[in-house]
Amino acid sequence: MNHLHRELAPVNEAAWDQIESEAKRRLTTHLAARKLIDFSGPHGWSHSATNVGRTGSVSGPAEGVSALQRRVLPLVELRAGFSVSRVEIDDADRGANDIDLEELDEAVRQIALGENVTVFHGYQAVGMQGITECTSHPPVTVKPDMDQYPNVVAQATDVLRRSGIDGPYGLAIGPEIYTGIVETAEHGGYLLFDHLRQILGGPLVWAPGVQGGIVLSLRGGDHVLECGQDLSIGYQDHDADVVRLYLEESFSFRVLEPDAAVALRLKG
Amino acid sequence: MESIQFVPGTGAESAGSVPGMASEGLHEPAELLDQATVDHHRAVTSLIEELEAVDWYDQRVKATGDQSLADILAHNRDEEKEHASMTLEWLRRRDPMLDRHLRTYLFTSLPVTEVEAEAEAGGGQPPAAGDGSLGIGSLKGME
Repeated sequence: MNHLHRELAPVNEAAWDQIESEAKRRLTTHLAARKLIDFSGPHGWSHSATNVGRTGSVSGPAEGVSALQRRVLPLVELRAGFSVSRVEIDDADRGANDIDLEELDEAVRQIALGENVTVFHGYQAVGMQGITECTSHPPVTVKPDMDQYPNVVAQATDVLRRSGIDGPYGLAIGPEIYTGIVETAEHGGYLLFDHLRQILGGPLVWAPGVQGGIVLSLRGGDHVLECGQDLSIGYQDHDADVVRLYLEESFSFRVLEPDAAVALRLKG
Repeated sequence: MESIQFVPGTGAESAGSVPGMASEGLHEPAELLDQATVDHHRAVTSLIEELEAVDWYDQRVKATGDQSLADILAHNRDEEKEHASMTLEWLRRRDPMLDRHLRTYLFTSLPVTEVEAEAEAGGGQPPAAGDGSLGIGSLKGME
């Protein structure tokens, strides 16, 4: 048994399979940051901090003794709860393969949003700076006009290239703009989506939680999500009607190369 | 990303040329596979290679009449076991079903063919006892 206490949950194997399968499918869609940055781990639940290799000076403990204190970046634990009806769980054991997991879907959306926002824009309360907070480049302004996007994205990749940051590059973009890009055909019928992919040399990622957009290098070694416990499902408690479960993960995020990303800022 | 050669043909054809599993390439067009699947393939292939190396070293240890050479070969053989264990653990962390089976069968003392029945009777880990991880890991390169 570990801290997730799954053995205590009144959930049959068929229902576990559906819950896990649904969670994994939806998380894969929503976890935008992991599609663009490096992933280290999982290092386990007991992994508590990332070594940043730095020290801070402190006064010595005794006469003639100097001291330095190691600095670390503590991992943050994110958790999003959801309930599943016990009637639905029992039905899964009868062979129902479409049990109602609406609350799970919302929990998936919430925890993925939390991870995305932390990576792209930072999480001040836990001391993690996001990509747009760390970038050394000024943001590139973009108007809502879709026709501008090829120029804007080319401009951003040019900034990265001139800084010595190799591609391929990727683009994280908020859901509304993403839909606009997918729906747009340029003059001559060429799809804007395909044109942007060609400029980037890498993926264009639907990224809930992203404000505006971010062009970043995918060469590796620039942005690292260090995972303690990867996204897991644990058991909270239950009553006669529902079983309360939760999604949980622990991680830290660090920008190692501030030159490796450019933010796209929406104007108007 | 390291390029992986695609070997045209069916899995059965590839399996015919290399016992167990083709290690020289993918069985499906690379453009249909996501990065996690390709990395999984890399790990499985590496695991096969490490275990194969254990077998080869072991035969050489038994065959040589030179004890000093046998000692070196045995040392190398045991290093390969460490490599295989590390790769298997990488796979386990990303595959909840593999995790479940390993937790059922490994480090048990009953005859192996009796372990499953014992587990189902409640003597072993419950079916959902795994570490709870969804095994998502890196999605880099996916769209």
